[in-house]
Amino acid sequence: MTTGALALRLLPIALALPLASCNLVQSPLNPVSPQARDLLWLFWLFTAVLAAIWLAVMLALLMSLRARRTFGADPLAVDPRRESRAGILVAGLAVATGLAVLVLTGLSFAGQRRLFADEAAAVTIRALGHQWWWEFQYENADPSQGFNTANEIHVPVGQTVLVKLESTDVIHSFWVPSLMGKVDLIPGRQNTLRFTAERAGVYRGQCAEFCGLQHAKMGMLVVAEDPETFARWREVQSQPRLEPATDEARAGERAFVAAPCSMCHQVRGTRAAGHNGPELTHVGSRRTLAAGTLPMSRGNLAAWIVDPHGIKPGVNMPLVKLDPDELNTIAAYLEGLK
Amino acid sequence: MSEAATAPRELRDSELDGPALSARLARIWGTQRSIVGWLSSVDHKVIGRRYIVTAFLFLFMGGLTAIVMRLQLAQPESKLVGPDTYNQLFTMHGSTMMFLFGVPIGEAMAVYLVPLMVGTRNIAFPRLNAFSYWVYLSGGVFLWISFLLNIGPDVGWFAYVPLSGPEYSPGKRADVWAQMITFTELSGLAVAIEIIVTVLKQRAPGMSLSRIPLFVWALFVNSFIIIFALPAVMVASTFLILDRLIGTQLFNPAEGGDALLFQHLFWFFGHPEVYIIFLPGTAFVSAIIPTFARREIFGYLALVLSLIATGFLSFGLWVHHMFTTGLPQLGAAFFTANSMLIAIPNGLQIFCWIATLWDGRPVWRTPLLFVCGFFFIFVAGGLSGIMLASVPIDTQVHDTYFVVAHFHYVLIGGNVFPLLAAIYYWFPKFTGRMLSERLGAWNFWLAFIGFNVAFFPMHISGLMGMPRRVYTYGPEMGWGDLQLVSTAGALVLFASFLVFVWNVLASLRSGAVAGPNPWGAGTLEWATASPPPPQNFDHIPVVTHREPLWAERGGLPVVTGLSIRHRELVVSSVAEAEPQLRESSPAPSIWPLIAAVTVGATFIGSIFTPYAVLWGAPPIAAALTGWFWPKNTPEDEE
Repeated sequence: MTTGALALRLLPIALALPLASCNLVQSPLNPVSPQARDLLWLFWLFTAVLAAIWLAVMLALLMSLRARRTFGADPLAVDPRRESRAGILVAGLAVATGLAVLVLTGLSFAGQRRLFADEAAAVTIRALGHQWWWEFQYENADPSQGFNTANEIHVPVGQTVLVKLESTDVIHSFWVPSLMGKVDLIPGRQNTLRFTAERAGVYRGQCAEFCGLQHAKMGMLVVAEDPETFARWREVQSQPRLEPATDEARAGERAFVAAPCSMCHQVRGTRAAGHNGPELTHVGSRRTLAAGTLPMSRGNLAAWIVDPHGIKPGVNMPLVKLDPDELNTIAAYLEGLK
Repeated sequence: MSEAATAPRELRDSELDGPALSARLARIWGTQRSIVGWLSSVDHKVIGRRYIVTAFLFLFMGGLTAIVMRLQLAQPESKLVGPDTYNQLFTMHGSTMMFLFGVPIGEAMAVYLVPLMVGTRNIAFPRLNAFSYWVYLSGGVFLWISFLLNIGPDVGWFAYVPLSGPEYSPGKRADVWAQMITFTELSGLAVAIEIIVTVLKQRAPGMSLSRIPLFVWALFVNSFIIIFALPAVMVASTFLILDRLIGTQLFNPAEGGDALLFQHLFWFFGHPEVYIIFLPGTAFVSAIIPTFARREIFGYLALVLSLIATGFLSFGLWVHHMFTTGLPQLGAAFFTANSMLIAIPNGLQIFCWIATLWDGRPVWRTPLLFVCGFFFIFVAGGLSGIMLASVPIDTQVHDTYFVVAHFHYVLIGGNVFPLLAAIYYWFPKFTGRMLSERLGAWNFWLAFIGFNVAFFPMHISGLMGMPRRVYTYGPEMGWGDLQLVSTAGALVLFASFLVFVWNVLASLRSGAVAGPNPWGAGTLEWATASPPPPQNFDHIPVVTHREPLWAERGGLPVVTGLSIRHRELVVSSVAEAEPQLRESSPAPSIWPLIAAVTVGATFIGSIFTPYAVLWGAPPIAAALTGWFWPKNTPEDEE
């Protein structure tokens, strides 16, 4: 790219910077919960106060750079009256700094109390961090109604969701910025966070604590939907897998269970009962594959199985040798697991 | 002063003067011109120069790693480097910048300048000084050779467990990181002790506490922060090595250890670390502003107290790096209050500097340009730091590019811009030649524009949800344009450093000759020739004012009576700097180098086998025996 072309490319970007933030699929600037809205409000309040302070300091600096002494004057000669006036001014500014800090601390503390208030939750999800995917366990008073899923959670709009955060290996951090600030998943501990989605939609989140090779590709989706849709989704998810409907899918299921796939993945209703990898009982109903890395489709399923390390180098999913027929039928089978 | 000069039984500097005295002192304080002489030098200026050059080389290497990362992130799904290389790159970048550049550069400038500024002939414990440099150099070379052999650490400069523990980081990569810490912290502690003793006991007669230059105050306070902060990270990294090598389970929750303990230890060091990097910046600014405003500093006492307050408060902030770990809310809020409190002493410093400029007459040379850049950038970074001090706000911006933007504003604004100002300011003292002003202006504007173009957009990237330490991102995330802008800015910033290097190399050969005091400054280092002779001063000056050269226009009063047969300097009292003793100063020795080699070999060996400590002990003991072998010191003969 020539310099001119680069400049041409950069100019509109620079001009459009404020507008560039139209893509807010994973952004604190697009709050859809009272928690995230509170946070954004506090953020802008701090920004406004601090930007004003910065401007005032820069203005003072600019004005201070005007020459006020005659050159050659003794650098040790100072006017005691001016010095004491400046002393009072500087002391006043230090006190003002103290007051500003006090107010901001108070605002921060009030925000913190609202954010981490102990509200009763309608839905409780246990989130387990794995290198590099998310396991979600929907808890239920009736254990038979609880179920596991991976990398995508659904939540009801208007109801408080409690997420219990634990890790199975290294430290991860659960961050869906539209809904809530991040909280870490730490081995040997359980942290919690709460949020209440106010608007239906799909919100992206991502691991925010460096967790190894594929930290960059440890995404997740939160699907907020109206309570009826959510209840239906929950009902479906707690069921065993849908019986394969086509010959191809039935062949796929046989291949899947016979292949090493079943050693790590569970598909409820079959003999595949592994627990090292994501639960796949309703994998076809999810929007993405490989922890938010690829859109869900039969083609991507096949691509992922054929070459996991090309897509996520270092991922724990091994390359499994399958002949093309097996691959096709397995992809078709998984896609059908709605 | 006269008691130091009573009844000479040997040749004293009161009996000679002028060039004859200079030549004689230069001979006894000089470094031999041979390879062994060069390796044995204990002259603080020789070692300081090595420290500075080495730290700049590491800065350059750290910058190169940043450029590769910026190129990788300029486009979504770039294939320039893979995740493994990228993780090594950001680990090397952070570790190099923090441990091999950030801490050492402040100490390096102190090693060179503090003895000159307090008017003594060498730093306290000069052999320890030589040893510390060799240890530092070995640690840095060890880290970089590991990287070039593709066993560079890949767990981040913070190396959180369990990711860096035995289970999730097999191989030796995390050990390389942990042991590099041991090297650099050992050398850092050694220098801190030297600075403290030099400042307390070797000040020129008359330099009472209230006449100590602010530069020296800042590095003195800094040395105390180093002494209290660095042991915490050495404990963390040593525990990590123990977990990895001999199966202690200190950080393993499954065996009763605790993964968060590492973070507490690391950040108990890691936050003071920020001030260890920033206080030398304030030291440079406090030295440069009076010279270029042509008036003495406003609010000396307030500035000294701010430094001390910053030193204390810096130990009460570490938890703000851990607000997302689920600590008790009230405890976290306490650290919010403390983190914000530190804005008061820092604000006070800024106000005093501006008040000094306000009543001055600015002389527009490159050092002042860089100081203005420092204000612009550092104040912005400091203020965004107040946002991070708030627990709720932090939960959104922590570990995103917002934080990356914030701490580069603080660290580059608070350390690198003042440092460049300092190099333009003291280069004439170091080398006897001026740096080019024309190239200096290019250097400044490229650095200033490049920096802001690179790092300001990162605030927005962070607010658009981009986490740190990701080697790639999808095009659908919408971060690509901002990241491209950041990369363009980073390239401009890098270019500014090429201009800097060019300026240094060209000026070394053909810069204008500086003379002792090209800026008309007031502190003692400008009282001697540029570059200073090995003995620093022919006669030890007597200090009557905070800016001695401005107060004593007719030449500084001096004390006489020091030996000119062997190395001797004046030891003075802590508060009033009354001369107390003539004390001999150690002569050059090769043993510090040998000791550093044996210690280095033991450190490196001990990441492979615990027995290295056993096998390494005898050679270290032998080297130390050589080092401390009792020799008849001149005082004993008297």
